Amino acid sequence: MIETLKTVIWPFILWPLLMSFAIMVFFQLQAIIFVWLERKVSGRIQDRLGPTRVGGKFGWLQTIADGVKLLLKEDLIPADADRPLFRIAPYIVLCGAFAAFVVVPFSFGWVAENLNIAVFFMLAVMSVEVFGVILAGYASGSKWALFGGMREAAQVVSYEVPMAMNLVPAVMAAGTMNMHKVSEMQSGWIWDWNCFHDPFTFFAAIVYLVCATASVKRAPFDLAEAESELVAGFHTEYSGFRWLIFFMAEYASMLAVSWIATIMFWGGWNGPLPVTQWLGLWIDTNGDKLPDAPGFLAQVIGFLNFIAKGYTLIFVMMWIRWTLPRIRIDQVMKLCLKYLLPITCLLILGAGVWPLMIQTERGGKVGGFAAAAIAFAILIIGIVTTPKSAAHGRRERVY
Amino acid sequence: MERLQEIWLQSLFGFMALTTVVCSIAVVVTQNVVRAAVWLLFALSGTAGLFFLLGADFVGATQLLIYVGGTMILVIFGVMLTARGPFVSMKTQSGEWTLAALVGVALFGIVAAVVWSTKWPTMDWGDTSKIRGENSPTTVQLGLEFLGIPPQESPKDAAGTPLARLGRDPANIGYLLPFEIVSVHLLVVLIGAAYLARAKRRKAATS
Amino acid sequence: MIVSLETMLLVGAIMFVCGVVTMATKRNAVGVLIGAELVLNASNLNFVAFARYTPFGIDGQAFALFGIVLPAAEAAIALAIILNFYNNHMTVDVDKANELKQ
Repeated sequence: MIETLKTVIWPFILWPLLMSFAIMVFFQLQAIIFVWLERKVSGRIQDRLGPTRVGGKFGWLQTIADGVKLLLKEDLIPADADRPLFRIAPYIVLCGAFAAFVVVPFSFGWVAENLNIAVFFMLAVMSVEVFGVILAGYASGSKWALFGGMREAAQVVSYEVPMAMNLVPAVMAAGTMNMHKVSEMQSGWIWDWNCFHDPFTFFAAIVYLVCATASVKRAPFDLAEAESELVAGFHTEYSGFRWLIFFMAEYASMLAVSWIATIMFWGGWNGPLPVTQWLGLWIDTNGDKLPDAPGFLAQVIGFLNFIAKGYTLIFVMMWIRWTLPRIRIDQVMKLCLKYLLPITCLLILGAGVWPLMIQTERGGKVGGFAAAAIAFAILIIGIVTTPKSAAHGRRERVY
Repeated sequence: MERLQEIWLQSLFGFMALTTVVCSIAVVVTQNVVRAAVWLLFALSGTAGLFFLLGADFVGATQLLIYVGGTMILVIFGVMLTARGPFVSMKTQSGEWTLAALVGVALFGIVAAVVWSTKWPTMDWGDTSKIRGENSPTTVQLGLEFLGIPPQESPKDAAGTPLARLGRDPANIGYLLPFEIVSVHLLVVLIGAAYLARAKRRKAATS
Repeated sequence: MIVSLETMLLVGAIMFVCGVVTMATKRNAVGVLIGAELVLNASNLNFVAFARYTPFGIDGQAFALFGIVLPAAEAAIALAIILNFYNNHMTVDVDKANELKQ
């Protein structure tokens, strides 16, 4: 009986169930935190306070109150809607968004399924969401929802191409698509991170973030949901719990693309300094008397590191959302096809040729840091030389 | 213990295969073309699950990414752009149905007879990552295959003769040429489809 | 061996037959395309089953990859043709596509 428990029931039945449950619960908690964070961040950027009433001074329980309200709302299905398709569309989006977390390594050894094609699997599963979006737009029975859904699907599908291609320099730098191994390779100092491996991975890290923001339909690329005539795009006719599912799926996919960026470019669970090695928290796993894997405390520190990096990238996405104006749908498609796609192809070309030109690993890292320094210098020069009174200049313009 | 593991894996296979079969039959039976597209989506996802269970993880992920996330989107766009009420549910007469059902059953009978009567040279690769003698995932093997470097070693049977025609066989030179042809083919298709579907003035509806 | 080769081939056969019957009975041109996708998927399933259970080896998975990419290209062209047909005739009923008969 104990033998059956150990060899069959635990690895094949209980462990997957436990992992699925943990992932689902963990990400629903994240969704709750994100909604609160979004409202606070947007409030502060707009020079107001955000929720402050529910749950004390900072409005901790605001999301729970929102959730309860949405659960108690009336479940409306429009008369013209295709009922089975209307019901099933949110769940397709949800499955696509949540199934991606099966392969994410939260720390050394903390991964539900260590697939060899982890990055590719995440991208593949997240591309199933688009079908749910179109189905939701069609099944709502209103032509405005249909237009919103089709525009949104066109945008997401177009941006998936440069998003996936931008991960190719990182995969080439690491030599594997296994996210656990990619993160292991980046342990050490900040210059061991993948983004400084060569200049092309550095630019790929930045362009990836742009493409990922567009691919998860976040501002400034959210015209398909925000145009006034479309009301709310594909989820116009959804209310209550069904809308909540779309919302959770959007935050889950934001988190998924942030974590892909964290692992492939920004170091995974490793910090900028090898603090856990200095503190002696590593243990010897292969018997050669040298510590080569983190102990449990170091794994917990890595986990916190990983969550912090993911949240930083999410914060950057929210910051961009509430700062930049939206761009039109034709500008969105033009940006993807005319600018981001050629840049991505050049980055892949460069990342493939670079190791042949620069033979040493260290030369590559110097190149990576040089690229980062140049990009930073351009940024600072751009900020400093922007005329302070750009708005006043409009009066003197000759039309 | 082994028996229980086998039962678990077999039930997973059965679930995926059942999904695929039921959804394929539903594609045939439904009259509404949008519903047919949705059933096809589930059939393709079931096929991707079967690929994962058969050890082809890269092919399974590619199936999800390209078929489900690309071709199905194309098909559903096509359905939406040409769906104007009367075209969403077009019925076929019962005479055609019986004929098609007869043809289907006959075809299935032939294929099933061939499958059951052929003596397949079966072997179970099992853990396909051991093909090159060390631990190499299917991605590495496929990549080398597409570069024109087919795997050098093949598993041997009890007598020591190699079971597969790999590597040493001069006829197996990898798939570099088809790979390059397919990339040119995709470029041609891209240009052709963009030209064919360019915006033109729509002719006024006739009768 | 978890599942026998014949079982996988039979699943592929059922998909294939469903695809053929779909192509034969649907009047909507996009429905015919859906049937063609089912047929191609059935062949892919056969290839991957052979890759796992016969000495065919990794070549089966390479074939399956080609069988994913090429039908995607074909679906794009087929839809472009269907859209053209729709723009010219205002219908996607394949029974009405009989101009070459005259």
